[in-house]
Amino acid sequence: MRTWFPYPLLSLGLLIIWMLLNQSVAPGTIVMGTILGVALAWVTLKLTPARSHPRRILRTLAFGASVFLDVIRSNIAVARVILRVGRRAPNSGFLTVDIDIEDENALALLACIMTATPGTAWLEYDRGRKSLLFHVLDMENEEVWIRTVKRYEAGLKEMFG
Amino acid sequence: MSHLTDLPTWAAVIVCGFVLLGAAIALIGSIGLLRLPDFYTRLHAPTLATSGGVILICTASMVCFAVLQNRWVFHEVLIIVFVIMTTPVTLMLLGQAALYRDRVEERRGVPLKQKPLREETPDETKE
Repeated sequence: MRTWFPYPLLSLGLLIIWMLLNQSVAPGTIVMGTILGVALAWVTLKLTPARSHPRRILRTLAFGASVFLDVIRSNIAVARVILRVGRRAPNSGFLTVDIDIEDENALALLACIMTATPGTAWLEYDRGRKSLLFHVLDMENEEVWIRTVKRYEAGLKEMFG
Repeated sequence: MSHLTDLPTWAAVIVCGFVLLGAAIALIGSIGLLRLPDFYTRLHAPTLATSGGVILICTASMVCFAVLQNRWVFHEVLIIVFVIMTTPVTLMLLGQAALYRDRVEERRGVPLKQKPLREETPDETKE
């Protein structure tokens, strides 16, 4: 099984992308998508990416929903900061937080989440110290930001177990 | 453009709302890029367009063409996914370049590079 399908999730994802791009569920599309998915998984094997095993799908969905709400909330917050920047300079600053995640894919996902939520920008991750340096646009309360990142960390840890 | 007149009013209102809101957010992001005081704060402004703007405008596009062609349209989701996946790469590159520059120039208010605890080991690829 592993020899034929080295990355089953990747193959499935590629098949879904192929079907979305072609906007059809015709048998021909599915066959072509499956061939592409399996072949590209073999190519990926050569790149030897870090393996991780996401689990607990339901928790993942709940986590995704909370991240989505955060994206909306921080969009509004950053828009307000920008609109009143003439009157009041934003109180921005750097923060460091210790992150105890080993999995590289989880770290990459954390970077995506922190970038997708405006107001936080991932700057530097120190592998040795396991500490992340990030920049916050509007630092009204340092504790709140650190707690937010810790919440993401906990969610990702649950996902990647 | 002519076939857009086939769009029923309720759908047109929804699509308009999403497009205008998305465009407004992208515009605010651009204004922020222009007006925010220093590089690190300016780094935050374009992410408004890449998160809120892209999501809203792509949702509007999905609703519009789903109603017009009377079927489910999902492939705009790919745009959202790819934009969100690729933004961190550019953002980190810019952020790290700025950090490096400011540390070399020894500007104030920039966090110093932490000394590594131990010798940097090449990351072990896990089995």
